[in-house]
Order: sequence, then C-alpha cells, then structure tokens
Amino acid sequence: MGRFAALLPELLLSIGGTILMMVAAFTGRRGSGLVSWLAVALLLAATALLVGPPSHAGPVFDGLVSEDLFASFGRAIIYPASAVAIIAAHGWFERGTEHASEYAVLILFAAVGMGVMVSASSLVSLYVGLELQSLASYVLASYRRTDERSAEAGLKYFVLGALASGILLYGISLLYGFTGTMSFTGLAAAFGRGAPSLGLLFGLVFVLAGLAFKASAVPFHMWTPDVYEGAPTPVTMFFGSAPKAAAVLLATRLCVEGLAPATDAWRQIVIFAALASIFLGAIAAYGQTNIKRLLAYSSINNVGFALIGLAAGGARGASSVLFYMAVYVVMTIGAFLCVLWMRDEEGRPIETIASLSGLAQTRPAFAWAFSAFMWSLAGIPPFFGFWPKLLVFRAAIASGYVSLAVAGILGTVIGAYYYMKIIKVMFMDEPAQPFARTRQPVQGALILVAAVVISPLGYLLINSLNAIANRAAGSLF
Amino acid sequence: MSGLPLLSILIAIPLVAGVICLFLSASGARWTALVATLLDFALSLYLWAQYNPDGAQWQFVEKAGLGGGVSWALGIDGIALLLIVLTAFLMPICIGASWRAIDKRVPEYMAYFLLMQALIMGSFAAQDLFLFYIFFEGGLIPMYFIIGIWGGAERIKASYKFFLYTLAGSVLMLIAMLYMAGTAGTTSIPALMAYDFPKTAQTFLFLAFLASFAVKLPMWPVHTWLPDAHVQAPTAGSVILAGVLLKLGGYGFIRFSLPMFPDGSAQFVPLIFVLSGIAVVYTSLVALVQRDMKKLVAYSSVAHMAFVTFGLFAMNRQGIEGAMLVMLGHGLVSGALFLCVGVVYDRLHTREIERYGGLSDNMPGYALLFMVFTMASVGLPGLSNFPGEFLSSIGTYHASTWAAIVATTGIILGAAYMLWLYWRICFGTSRHADAAAMPDLDLREWWLLAPIALAVIWMGIYPESFIRPMRNDVGRLLVRMERVAPAGDSAPTAGKGTAH
Repeated sequence: MGRFAALLPELLLSIGGTILMMVAAFTGRRGSGLVSWLAVALLLAATALLVGPPSHAGPVFDGLVSEDLFASFGRAIIYPASAVAIIAAHGWFERGTEHASEYAVLILFAAVGMGVMVSASSLVSLYVGLELQSLASYVLASYRRTDERSAEAGLKYFVLGALASGILLYGISLLYGFTGTMSFTGLAAAFGRGAPSLGLLFGLVFVLAGLAFKASAVPFHMWTPDVYEGAPTPVTMFFGSAPKAAAVLLATRLCVEGLAPATDAWRQIVIFAALASIFLGAIAAYGQTNIKRLLAYSSINNVGFALIGLAAGGARGASSVLFYMAVYVVMTIGAFLCVLWMRDEEGRPIETIASLSGLAQTRPAFAWAFSAFMWSLAGIPPFFGFWPKLLVFRAAIASGYVSLAVAGILGTVIGAYYYMKIIKVMFMDEPAQPFARTRQPVQGALILVAAVVISPLGYLLINSLNAIANRAAGSLF
Repeated sequence: MSGLPLLSILIAIPLVAGVICLFLSASGARWTALVATLLDFALSLYLWAQYNPDGAQWQFVEKAGLGGGVSWALGIDGIALLLIVLTAFLMPICIGASWRAIDKRVPEYMAYFLLMQALIMGSFAAQDLFLFYIFFEGGLIPMYFIIGIWGGAERIKASYKFFLYTLAGSVLMLIAMLYMAGTAGTTSIPALMAYDFPKTAQTFLFLAFLASFAVKLPMWPVHTWLPDAHVQAPTAGSVILAGVLLKLGGYGFIRFSLPMFPDGSAQFVPLIFVLSGIAVVYTSLVALVQRDMKKLVAYSSVAHMAFVTFGLFAMNRQGIEGAMLVMLGHGLVSGALFLCVGVVYDRLHTREIERYGGLSDNMPGYALLFMVFTMASVGLPGLSNFPGEFLSSIGTYHASTWAAIVATTGIILGAAYMLWLYWRICFGTSRHADAAAMPDLDLREWWLLAPIALAVIWMGIYPESFIRPMRNDVGRLLVRMERVAPAGDSAPTAGKGTAH
C-alpha cells in the first residue's frame, strides 16, 4: 500500500477524472459548471496532498517513478496551473456548441500525465506520461471544433506531435537497445562506463529532440505560434504554463539523473537550444500583430532562459530551473488571463495588439496589470521576473559559462523591445475602442494575485521559494 | 542617531505618495506630489544635518536579509548623501515645473515622478550589489513613460532609444556583478570596495561597468540617446534626467569602478582621457551649431560630464573632489537651464533660438536669472561650476598635461556657445512680435528658479560645505587607489591619499 500512497495525487486525479467524465456524459450541458468546479476541487486536493515531505522518498514500482521533492515541486506548479486553466475557461465555452465539462476532464487527464512526467525515472513512464498529456492536449487544441483555426491548430499539433513522439520513441529504443535498461539510474551506469558509443549518442539526441518539441525549444518550436494562435485562449494559457513546466522539468530530471555522465554530450545541445530559443523567440516576435502569437514567441524565448540553467548543471543550475519555471508559470498565466479579458462589445474575444491602444486611459487597472506581466516577462527589475533570470545567469557563471550568460542577457535586451511595444500601445497610443466591461470577478482576483506575486513584493518570496527549489533540486543528486 | 530607518523612509515617502496619486484628481495629485517631495527634501536636509563627516564611513545603516543572496541593505557616505540632497532638492522644483505644463493624465505623471524619485534615492542608498541594480534599472521604467507619454512629437522613438541604450549598457554590468558575487562570496558593496579581484578579471569587470556607466553619464560615443531624450522629454523630465539620472553614471564610477577595480581603472585611464577629450571638444562644437535651445543644453551636458570623467580618472584628490563638485554644480545649473528653456517654451511653444531675441526688454527678471545660470555654466568664479571645473582641471593637469589642455579648451568653447546662446535670446532687438509680447516670470516660476540661483551662488562662494561631507570618503578612495594612480607628467602634489 505504501507504494500507492506515493502516487496518491495521480490516483485521486485519474479516478476522479473518470467519474467526472461519466457525470459529464450523463448530465450534458447542465452539469458543466458542476464538473468544472469539482475538477478544480480535485486539483486543489491533489495539491494539498503534496504538502509535507514525500511519503515514500525514492524510486517506487521497480524504478518506474521517483517520488521525491523534485516531483512534488513540479506537481505543485502543474496542479494549480491546471486548476487556473479550468477556472479561466469559465464562461468561455458555454456560448459555443462545446461542453465545458469535457474540457475540465481533459485538463484533469493532462494533469495526471504531467504528474507522471515530472516523477518519471524510467523511459517507459516518461513516454507514458508524455503521451497522456499530449493526447489530451491535441483534443484541447481543437476543442472549438467548428472554428477553422482551432481545428487547424489541433491537426497541426497532432501531426507534428506524433512526429516528435516517433522521434522520441526511436531514441528510447536506441537507448534501450544499447544499454538494456529503461531506468534513469541504469542509463547513468551505462553512460558511466567510458565514452558512449555512437548508437547511445544518437539515442540521446533523439530523446532530447522529442523533449525539446514538447518544451517548444528551437529548433523544434515551429508548431508553437500556430497552435497558440489557433487554440481557444484558455487552452493556449494551459499550453503556455503547465505542460511547458512539465517538459522542462522532465528534461532536467533526465539530464541530471539519467545522463549525468554524458553531460558533455547533452550540454552542447542544450546550450544551442537555449541560445537559439532566446534569440529566435526575441527576433521573431517583432512583426507579430496577434497577442497570442506574440506570447507564443515569448514562451519560446523564456524556455531558452530556463535551459541556460539546465546547461549550467549542478544542483544550483537545477534549482534555478525550478525557480524559473515557477515564476514563469505565474507570469504566463497572468498575461493570458489578461488576454482572456479582452472582449468586444458583443463579448467576442479580440486578439490584436492594436486593440490594446490607449488602455491606460480607458481601463487603467487592466493596463497596469498587463504591463506588469510584460515587464516581468522581459525580466526588467524591479519586477520579480528579473530574479529567476538572474538566478539562471548566476548558475551559468558559477559553472564557468560566462559567454553563455553574456549571450543570454543580450537576448533580453532584444526581447525587451517587443514587450515594450505592447506597453507602448497601451500607454502611449491614443485610445481605441475600449473593451466591454465584463464581470469576471474570479478571473480578476486571479490576475490580481498573479500581479502581486510578480510585482516587487515578490522579492519577499525569494527566501522560501529558494529554499524549496534548492531542496527539490538537491533530491536529484 | 535615532533608531528610525531614515533611508527606508526616504524611499518610502515618494513611493507611497506615488501610489496614492493614482487614485486622486489632477489637482489632488499635484499637491500630494509637492508635499511628498518637500517632505523628502526636509528629510534629506535632516540627514545632512545629522551626518557626521568625521564619523564612520557608512552612516544611517540598515539591513534586512531577503534571502537568496540579496538583502535590503542601505547606508550612505558623504558622496551618496550629497547626491541624495541634490535629488531631493530638484524634485519639488520638477513638480512645480509640471504644475501647468502637464495637463493630461496628471495623476499618472505624478506617480511616475515619485516612483522615479524613490528608485533614484534607492540607487544612491543601496549597499547591496543586486539591490543597487534593481533600483538602477528600475529607474528606466518611469522615465520611459514620462518621455513616451508626455514628450514631444518624436517621443516614442526617443523613449525607446533611451530605454534600450541604457538597458544594453546595464546588462553587461549585471553579468559582472554576478561574477563578483560568485568570486568574492558577498554582495555587500562596502565589502566589495575592499576586495581585491585578480588583475585580469578587473580588466573585464571594469569594461562591463564602463559599458553601463558610460551610457548613463553619457560619454562620447554612446551619448547619442541623450539629445533625443532631452529634446522630447517634458521640461521636468529633462531637469531630472540632466540633474540626477546622469549623475548615477558618475556615482557608479566613484562607488564601483574606482574602488573595486583600481587596477582595471588605471589600465584604462588613457582610453577615458581620450574619450573625454573628444567629448569636450566635439560636443562643444556640436552645441555651437544647434538651433534648438534644448539640444544645445543637452550637448553642453555631455561636455560637462567629460569634466567628471577627467577628474575621476586623474585619481587624485583635486580631480575626484572636483568631479563631485562638477556633478553637483551641473545638476543645479543644467536643471535650471532646462527650466529656463521651459519657461519660454511654455509661452511660445517653440525651442528655435531664432524665434527669440531681446527678451531682456520684456522679461528682465528672466534675463537676470538666465544670466546667472549661463555664467555658472560657463564657469564664472563665484558661481557653482567654477570650483568643480577648476579642481577637476588641476587634478587632470597633475595626471596629464595634454589632457588638461584639451579639457580647458572645453571651458573656452563652453563660454562661446553659452554666451552666444544668451546673446541671441536675451539681447539684440526682438525680431518677433509674439516673443516681444511675452510676460515676465510669474510667481511660480520665481519659486522654481530663485532657490536654484541661491544654491548656485552658495556653491560658488563657499564650496567647503559641499566638500566637507565627502572629504574623508575621497581620502579613503585615494588610499585604495594609491598604488595605481598615474604618476603624471608633472610634479605630484600633496593631498594624495591622506585620510583624516
């Protein structure tokens, strides 16, 4: 029974999710509100289960999953972020032909998959977790199936995602074929036995490529802008937050636990992906006119910074990745909640950057909150988004990668430009047609909470967040 | 000393007032901002009175750990004290200058101004490396808004240029700071000021900090953001930009570059002298041909700031004290000159020098005050800029005769463009009826300019009140740099490296 206690959050979510699916099937549209709120309650309950030390620290189920603080930290990001994705969609789908209840259930299953991802310590559980999350995501992307763009996004995501899964599987089969083991510790032992063979290196590259796709790191980012733009906005918010954190954390665990002896091999890949993501994300965002597309490039850009922490290596690097993803998820959710707020007079969502014109005068509170998220994503102090960037650069410098840090930080200057463009539109342009005043008290409260966290007040959190991230990262070593 | 965290209060007053302003009407915000800045000024005067020039190096120290290697550590020495007083003195004047000139989105404007004051005060008072960086960088945000929202026709471009130039300079400094924190194992600025970094590392660290402070000061050839920012910014924005924000660059050299990397600094003295020499001559010549009053004053700022770098990198007592005095004097005078431009701009809505002339006839009070500031800018003995420029030139002369010759050329050129500007605006016959019909200064404008004029005269007649607080700090700095100070091509003199 002890083994199952370790997986309690996942068990709770999968059983609860199955029951809710039944409820949704029988109540239809009437039950969507109930199902959504129950799903949120399940996710919050699963988060509450994480409090305190893991009941069964270390590998369980013959090394399939590892129940440690790192896994708990990852779930503590993923579950609340998934809950917010359900809350944010409240009132979004009801007007269409879709049922909001299935949306909530899909998010629940994706959350289960992500929970497995961050605790996976074997290639099998890695793949299963990833696929569970991905399959739910494909459906979510095309959730508004009557909308051409949403259907296109879903199809695109599915085709490319299947390709990435294929690459990942091929890599896994190579790794398994050359080492005879699926577990991360076994891989580490195999890589530790002298210089890795060509086959092992190929396997490593393919696995990392598959993970880079899920994390939307360059050069496997092509799907991101299209899918982010086409998917319904609550889904985009979800994609930008929890799955991204899960993929980055999964890559961190794999690299640190399973591929540590081959650090020299994967580090150059990660460094390339980091710098390419930072610069491509920053430069490609210039010409965007759609706010969701722009935020897609912003997410590519931000993943690059997290990867710098991974490339730095060591407990300090891993800790900076955790810190980065925690703050990144808050910033992204805040920014997308603001995008969700943008409705025209008839309540239709609007997505162009130009429609933000002059909001500082017509909707000052909104403009201040949104600009806070933009400054924070750009990493400009005194906003809290500056601190995780500083941490990853510090980790890189401590490991002797000064030029990596210099290149990364020059990327922030380029990136600052397009974040400032949004702020410029809101604060310096003449007011355009203002948004409709919508009553969304819950979303408003969530924006407020996120804005407070990333405001300079966030620095008060450094101490506790740092301690948790350090301990979580330490559990990998 | 009282137990109150005075420096935190100094930062908190404008911060809180700024937030309150957002919820007030236009006139409510104006009065709130004025009261808050005056309170802060009073507090800074109290700090000055309480500061013991012969006491510990760091006074009013407070410290609270935030964890993760950053702490809320504040404390000031004489150098920071003087710059804080300068800032607090100019702020109410800026609010007053915006009283009528700013008529749209007033609460927001006042909020940005107060926010900026808090961040500037924080930069001068910070004793933690990263805390300093957060304040230093954060100051860009309100200025970006002030230029971008209330600026002139080209305001968007100017605000971007200002922001990105400064940001690009500063990020390299951040990397250097991270390296320093990792190597020295501390982020405390006082501890780092006594830490000896390896010589090779000092070279790179110095260059990284130079990138930041050279843009901020600004030095030739990275000064090009300054004329744009000044011309587009509203009057009060220009005052605070020239009066205080540029001083952050000079302050950075004194606080970081010189004491932390003495070897690195010594290595680059020739480079700094060459850049400063070019700045003095080139920007003075550029100022001579300007048709826009604000641009002329902006270029003169670059030229004056070159005296700061000359003095600082002469690395002797006269040079460094002179550089500090130039910073204080220029803070007052350039602020006042921008206000003078603002006064006539508010009346005629043009900055073209050609459109004015003969103002001494219809605006005698204005002509009088403008004359005081012009003369101060030229470096007339008895006014604020003379002691600084004189000392800085002597210091430079000790370090390098040639540098001193070039520097003094700048004084001559400075006299040329300022006097010519004054002549074209205030003397001659008035060529335009509308310029001749402008009324003289009103009471509000007297209140803005007269205090500065008094300070300018005070500084010229009795500079000792400003040298006294920083004398020991300069002494400590000189002890730190004793082994690397350039021997100079003329006889070194007394006053070198003696701490009281």
